[in-house]
Amino acid sequence: MYETNYHRPKTLADAAALLAKSDEVKLLAGGQTLLPTMKQRLAAPTDVIDLRHIDDLKGITESGSGGVRIGAAVTHAEVAGSETVRRLIPALASLAGEIGDPHVRHMGTIGGSIANNDPAADYPGALVGLNATVTTNKREMSADDFFTGLFETALEPDEIVTAVTFPAPEKAAYAKYPNPASRYSMAGVFAARLADGSIRVAVTGAGQGGVFRVSEMEQALSSNWSPDAIAGVKVAAGDMLSDIHGSADYRANLVSVMAKRAVAAAG
Amino acid sequence: MATVTITVNGKKRSATVEDRTLLVNFLRENAGLTGTHVGCDTSQCGACVVHVDGKAVKSCTMLAAQADGAEVVTIEGLAQGGELHPVQAAFHEHHGLQCGFCTPGMIMAATDMINRYGAKLDEATIRKELDGNICRCTGYHNIVKAIKAAADAMAGTAQAAE
Ligand SMILES: Cc1cc2nc3c(=O)[nH]c(=O)nc-3n(C[C@H](O)[C@H](O)[C@H](O)COP(=O)(O)OP(=O)(O)OC[C@H]3O[C@@H](n4cnc5c(N)ncnc54)[C@H](O)[C@@H]3O)c2cc1C
Ligand code: FES
Ligand code: FES
Repeated sequence: MYETNYHRPKTLADAAALLAKSDEVKLLAGGQTLLPTMKQRLAAPTDVIDLRHIDDLKGITESGSGGVRIGAAVTHAEVAGSETVRRLIPALASLAGEIGDPHVRHMGTIGGSIANNDPAADYPGALVGLNATVTTNKREMSADDFFTGLFETALEPDEIVTAVTFPAPEKAAYAKYPNPASRYSMAGVFAARLADGSIRVAVTGAGQGGVFRVSEMEQALSSNWSPDAIAGVKVAAGDMLSDIHGSADYRANLVSVMAKRAVAAAG
Repeated sequence: MATVTITVNGKKRSATVEDRTLLVNFLRENAGLTGTHVGCDTSQCGACVVHVDGKAVKSCTMLAAQADGAEVVTIEGLAQGGELHPVQAAFHEHHGLQCGFCTPGMIMAATDMINRYGAKLDEATIRKELDGNICRCTGYHNIVKAIKAAADAMAGTAQAAE
């Protein structure tokens, strides 16, 4: 790892001021992506700003509209164990409980996961699948607008995610096929029927451009919520990732299999 | 450079270290506690697991500066008064190690999962909870057996104490 300077601000304003100083400054949340990257010398920030001591980024609360608001610095383990999340959106709690391993879940945060937008990350599936809202220190945006491509988001260089708000769905489930070594998703499908009756099917892990929705599946499920309704729907292999872990054809097939499992699990 | 103060196994340790120093290096090189191992460069093997403020984390994936002010427990902090911790005793009894390289991380992960699950810890949960700990030797079977035995023994002691 190259040399760096560590900062521990107590307020969001102090963190934002430090971040605005230069493009070489990076936020450090759980560090479960940034530190491995720095160890490989693939990232070399001059300064890192620890977000774990800012009260405004913590806490899980029931939002006004019956959903859940999760602070950006909340860990995967806290989401998985939260009584509020388990009661209102059990699919989200179980997704958080399947990220990586227990040690990664004790440190890794929802803000860090979505800001990084790894195509194999799990949370992007839940945010898009539930039509969540991302709040930053500057604005609010829908999950559909937030994730813009492979490792790309709508965040400005000096913008900090402060919270994610999820509406409680009528029903939802996430089905993931984890890479047996890394535990990242090879294909993960989040399927949900929202409170207004609309259907969302979001796929993570498989697509070349990161998380995406499958409108053909959404339409089929609108008239018939059952695994059979989507059994024949295939995503185009040309849009899928292809690497040593799995070919594009294999991933395209996994998407259909995981989608059926998610719909069945949501009941 | 900054002065970092971490309570390690109940004892305050201060050192002036570069900000890029990893917690595992602070423990091994500044505190002289070499029980915590480094088995990989990719945050995947779990040989470096310690408890920070009561939670199992990978000490190779945390800066010492992030742990400034925290309480850390390492493998050296488990045995009390020359008496092995029940998890250490169970690894010994059930032959839960061969070369022993992964063992400190395995034992710290095991005590963390027993803290969280207590007597409810079953074999399937143990195997799932070991996702972040890799062993090249044992095939895991005796590690799982040892953790189950320790969880049962500790639940028994807890019950007897009530
Ligand atoms: C062994 C291993 C297995 C893993 N398995 C999985 C898995 O199965 N599924 C999965 O989804 N993930 C997995 N991860 C990744 C893990 O979930 C990370 O914790 C997560 O992706 C990043 O969160 P973090 O809090 O650690 O962020 P950091 O590593 O601290 O930061 C990541 C990036 O986000 C930026 N950032 C952090 N917080 C904010 C914020 N509030 N606003 C704006 N930018 C911010 C940082 O500057 C950095 O660029 C795994 C990681 C490891 C090491
Ligand atoms: S040394 Fe391998 S995970 Fe820390
Ligand atoms: S006993 Fe050798 S790596 Fe586990």
